[in-house]
Amino acid sequence: MREKIEEAAARYPDQRSAIMPALLIAQQEHGHLPGPILEEVADILGVERIWVYELATFYTLFHTEPIGMFHLQLCDNVSCMLCGSEDLLKHLETALGIKKGETTPDLMFTLSTVECLGACEMAPVMQVGDDYHGDLDIGRIDTLLSRLRADAASNAADDAVPALPGE
Amino acid sequence: MFEPVLLKNIDAPDGHQLSAYEAGGGYRALAKALREYTPDEVIDLVKQSNLRGRGGAGFPTGMKWSFVPKQSDGPKYLCCNADEGEPGTFKDRIIMERDPHQLVEGLAVSAYAIGAETAYVYVRGEYVKAIRRLEQAIAEARAKGYLGPRVLGSDFNFAIHIHCGAGAYICGEETAMLESLEGKRAQPRLKPPFPAVAGLYASPTVINNVETLACVPHIVMRGAHWFRSIGPDKSPGPKLYCLSGQVKKPGLYELPMGIPLRELVEDHGGGPLPGRRIKAVIPGGVSAPLIPEAGMGVGMDFDSLAAAGSMLGSAGVIVVDDTTCLVKVATRIIEFFHHESCGKCTPCREGLNWTVKVLRRIEAGEGAPGDLEQLDKLCKGIFGNTFCALGDGAAMGLRAALAHFRDEFVAHIEERRCPFH
Repeated sequence: MREKIEEAAARYPDQRSAIMPALLIAQQEHGHLPGPILEEVADILGVERIWVYELATFYTLFHTEPIGMFHLQLCDNVSCMLCGSEDLLKHLETALGIKKGETTPDLMFTLSTVECLGACEMAPVMQVGDDYHGDLDIGRIDTLLSRLRADAASNAADDAVPALPGE
Repeated sequence: MFEPVLLKNIDAPDGHQLSAYEAGGGYRALAKALREYTPDEVIDLVKQSNLRGRGGAGFPTGMKWSFVPKQSDGPKYLCCNADEGEPGTFKDRIIMERDPHQLVEGLAVSAYAIGAETAYVYVRGEYVKAIRRLEQAIAEARAKGYLGPRVLGSDFNFAIHIHCGAGAYICGEETAMLESLEGKRAQPRLKPPFPAVAGLYASPTVINNVETLACVPHIVMRGAHWFRSIGPDKSPGPKLYCLSGQVKKPGLYELPMGIPLRELVEDHGGGPLPGRRIKAVIPGGVSAPLIPEAGMGVGMDFDSLAAAGSMLGSAGVIVVDDTTCLVKVATRIIEFFHHESCGKCTPCREGLNWTVKVLRRIEAGEGAPGDLEQLDKLCKGIFGNTFCALGDGAAMGLRAALAHFRDEFVAHIEERRCPFH
């Protein structure tokens, strides 16, 4: 983490500018940003801790609490709403057994509604991890959920295989 | 038939790669600018073209550049606002994903004009694919000498850095974006000083939108006269329109500035969904006051839409049909602004909180007589009294909904329910 953060910091004349990229790097590595990680980021950059805390709590893409393996971010802004995002939200809540803003007990899914994702040409749209999924309907949501569950299962299986010597 | 300019490479599968961009004439504008024009001559050319900022405000780009002090010892910066957050807008994402070199070349020519050696592109964090494509384009351009020290053998040194946003609509406001780039919470600054004099790190700074910068190489290659020959003279050029909502063919359309809204929605977008009728159109992202169906003859340019009481904004065109409750749309829009209010000034922070509560109860059938007058009063308290344009955009949008569709609001209160449910 330190190396990546220092590399990002070299792009700016002022270390404070590197807090946002550093938080993105830290979140990528740790999944979320608990207090000790925020302090580590501040120490690496040599900046005030409060500067790091205030960014981690101001910007919506930073998570100070743990989130699920898959973060389902359904857009519910106007264009997506006009194309049926409300029904998709209800369906997701039923399918996952959670309300928006919650995480499934197995920590697999967190369900959120988000403001415009900037992909209204394929409304309704949902971001999962780095990927956008557009032109959604209930059938496509179900297919996506099955695929994500299968991905999780195969990842878990991969992790369970002991590494061969030399690998 | 209008020949696409900004989107000409957009459907090519390899359009994001340097080889494809060069094959289509890419980076010739940069070579031409460096070889044939002084920086001031590039500024003059852009002034003569009447290019106006595509981010929303429509400020003349060449004039903005000319505010940068000529004599200044310290660094100057070019910042690209790619924090595309205005609901209904997706044009900059598509440029960055599918033709990122167009932006890179635009940045290089523009930086040469204003005397900047460093540019920061502030891309919203959700745009992961766009960020990767842009990073790749920057690396390719650097390897070929279009970026870096002594660009194409000239005295011009230039580097581009990407800065990822982290979810804050307010970063579309240029001084809030600068605060964010400096590693602070994104809250707008008091102006003056304007960024051209004291912007990023208190240095002279120009902030331009992605689409604005993408226009620049074309102006260098084809001239100011060509640019002005497209659309209205005071608001000219090719324009990207983002069409979404309840329309047959949503998508990104490149057409001349000033085409009638009706032509865009009906001829290009295929009109309303089967069996439905258009009720209203939001012409420029949710900050732009809606236009009722009868007003769709308006031209899609800065001046025509302003004269019609709305604005071109980011050209995020959202179509709303007759099956949709306007109170619900207005509520969702104000909820959005309330969520994105940065909290710096009271009229926006508190006013929008209050407005959301009144709208939600009207939509739920729990509105009371006097609520509409309350909304009028809240709009008056917000409009013109906020630190930046966020609150103004919210108030203008709500006022238009109240003015054109007041009967729908009244029906909710009188019938004590949403008539659309």
